[in-house]
Amino acid sequence: MKILKSFGYLLGLPLILLAWWWLATSGAPNFFVPTPAKLLTTFVETWFGERMLTDVLPSIMRLVVGVLAAIVLGIVLGLAVGLNRTLRAVTEPVFEFFRALPPPVLVPVLMLLVGINDGMKVAVIISGCIWPVLLNTIEGVRSIDPVQNETSRSYGITGFSRIRYQILPSATPTIMAGVRQALSIGLILMVISEMFASSSGLGFTIVQFQRSFAVPEMWSGIVVLGLIGVALSFIFQWVQRRVLRWYHGLKEVENAV
Amino acid sequence: MQSENPTSHKGGRTLPEGQALLSVRNLKKVYHTDAGDIEAVRNLTFDLGRGELVCLVGPSGSGKTTLLKCIAGLMNSTSGEVRLDGQKVTGPPKKMAVVFQEYGRSLFPWLRVTENVELPLKNAGVPKEERKRLVAEALEAVGLDHVPKSYPWQLSGGMQQRVAIARAVAYQPEVLLMDEPFAAVDAQTRADLEDLIRSVWKKLGVTVLFVTHDIDESIYLGERVIILSSSPTIVQEDIVIDLPAERDQLETRSLPRFTELRHHVYAEIQKAKQGHRPEEAITMVAK
Amino acid sequence: MTQATEPSTRAAAKAKASRLPSKGLPKWVLGLIGIVVFLGFWELMPALGVVQAKYLPPASEVIAALATDLGLTAFWVAVGDTMAAWAIGLAIAVAAALVLGLVIGMSPFLRRFTNSTIEFLRPIPSVALIPLAVLLFGIKIESSLLLIVYACFWQVLIQVLYGVADVDNVAMQTARSYGFSYAQRVRDVVFPTMLPYLMTGIRLAASVALILAITAELLIGSPGLGKEIALAQSGGAISGMYALILATGFLGVAINGVTRVVEKRVLSWHPSVRGEATA
Repeated sequence: MKILKSFGYLLGLPLILLAWWWLATSGAPNFFVPTPAKLLTTFVETWFGERMLTDVLPSIMRLVVGVLAAIVLGIVLGLAVGLNRTLRAVTEPVFEFFRALPPPVLVPVLMLLVGINDGMKVAVIISGCIWPVLLNTIEGVRSIDPVQNETSRSYGITGFSRIRYQILPSATPTIMAGVRQALSIGLILMVISEMFASSSGLGFTIVQFQRSFAVPEMWSGIVVLGLIGVALSFIFQWVQRRVLRWYHGLKEVENAV
Repeated sequence: MQSENPTSHKGGRTLPEGQALLSVRNLKKVYHTDAGDIEAVRNLTFDLGRGELVCLVGPSGSGKTTLLKCIAGLMNSTSGEVRLDGQKVTGPPKKMAVVFQEYGRSLFPWLRVTENVELPLKNAGVPKEERKRLVAEALEAVGLDHVPKSYPWQLSGGMQQRVAIARAVAYQPEVLLMDEPFAAVDAQTRADLEDLIRSVWKKLGVTVLFVTHDIDESIYLGERVIILSSSPTIVQEDIVIDLPAERDQLETRSLPRFTELRHHVYAEIQKAKQGHRPEEAITMVAK
Repeated sequence: MTQATEPSTRAAAKAKASRLPSKGLPKWVLGLIGIVVFLGFWELMPALGVVQAKYLPPASEVIAALATDLGLTAFWVAVGDTMAAWAIGLAIAVAAALVLGLVIGMSPFLRRFTNSTIEFLRPIPSVALIPLAVLLFGIKIESSLLLIVYACFWQVLIQVLYGVADVDNVAMQTARSYGFSYAQRVRDVVFPTMLPYLMTGIRLAASVALILAITAELLIGSPGLGKEIALAQSGGAISGMYALILATGFLGVAINGVTRVVEKRVLSWHPSVRGEATA
């Protein structure tokens, strides 16, 4: 009974929305919105075939490579800058500017500097995603508890071990918040770089469908992007739960007091 | 009503060359701030012999923490020096371990209890088997062998401080520095922890310097109590606590001698608060 | 027992740390040095031939182009278009998210009933809707609005839901026992608790809205700075393109600054801000 109830909560609204969509579209054909059945068959026909290999997977690969590179670079640079007060003050205004710069404008810039190729698309993703990770790492390192620092020092935990055992773990909650932002920026940039300047990839394909008024195919592309977004969000939450289990537990204890 | 004055030194007691494990000589610390200089510690001189348990007590704001940080090598003094086993302290020495007042912030919340205790050993390159043994022994010594898999924040304040003590003990220091370790725990836990410190001290023969603002605690714990003046700090008095070696929360605290010592220290602290300073120390500053 | 408790809070420790000697140059001078070094580097890159000047003109040229832009009406019209899309989109998203968030958040049933749908729709990237926007609205401002509203709505809604969940049960029961109506409970109990969360949501949404306004203009060609950037790029006016990009960056900095100030003002009475101020 209990399981049934939670299934009801989980699927109730989605089913209602689906039914509403089906009722609204199956009566009179709508040019802009396909029926659920049509969308489903189009989705399978369009994406489960050659396109998976030529467009979907390469796009996802570029996204993964770009985001991972941005995370690694952002953390390494953030550690270097965050641990040095002078460097932090020197870089702050410039970094704040780059953080505030809307990442999509990087697409035309990198098209000029790198040319139109895979490297440019990855570069766009890296140069857009790095800022939230970098600035959050700097902030996480800066706001480290002084008592933790003294503990490390008094037990001879210095240099690389201090970064590994104290600074990185302590800054992880802030870094993860940056990673979360980086993921959604990365997805935006993956799509835009392909829509703007490309002859393949998800973004390009979807725009092609739209231009040729292949409406169900276009919708199926939107669904693919949505699924990628949902998948990324689930992966992120899974990683975050594992990495930050201590942090959520600690917060719970603190809030209960 | 004092029947017998305690054995005491005006100013800090020093030992002949080579006998002291820890020596503090003419230590001075001035903070330079935007609002001007603040002299936290003026002139401190005292020695700790090997295996002593000494309490430092002083009014609040008397620079106790500053002094402790200078001794621990966490802070540079403005002048004067600290020597551990004849070696001048310039950074945190290997032979020292510190227990901080803020146990919640000094334990790493992302590590479990055993991992917290183990970390300094791991970092020092102690082999795994040896490490395991030391950690188990230390946790047993503080009565925490039943919670190794917990995170520190899942434990009560008193238990967290036990973990911090275990971490210090496992590090096998010659000197254990404790900065008001029990200021933030409740009275009952505090009594237990005080007895724990006495037993650890006896069992391991480690030298302990225990900073507190609680007069009763300093007398109950210490073999010797160093009373600090108010800031800028000098040693007001250095007295021997001639209570029986076996201490008991009820019995020891109700001894007439305990009361006498308590009165004595209390009076000294009151004098210190009112700005009275022992002449010896002042002349020492003058020269 | 004779005890004098010494302050041992984080705040005190921080205050102490900030009183410690500040070595060297003041912070703003260092920041200025950073900016100068960055501009110098930029200036030298094309001069030394690291990149071709036709792809990355020197900083001086770009700044000059920006100065020229600042005197042009067309530039300010573009800024106005971008900001109009930003403001309208943000306002619609905030209003919708606030109302829905309150209604959903205050009913445990609705909260559970909508949870799966919200968690599924939220991560869908707004840019996925670009083709749909083009199909429906073409290059009109509505295209920008669709993307902005979709992206910002979830940011604000989630924060409002967090905020309503944070409302003290005791306070709510007290209000109920004194016969507060639904509207009164919303106004006097829920809203004040939720306000800091709402402000966080608006701050995040404000920068997201700018990103999507520029995106829509750049890709779809709805009016604004992004469209000008695309035009400058395809027309080979490279310095002009960089100047416009700088302008969008300054717009972003301004939006971040203003939202931070507004947040502080609105919440000046709130403990979360007061705590931050003392620390």
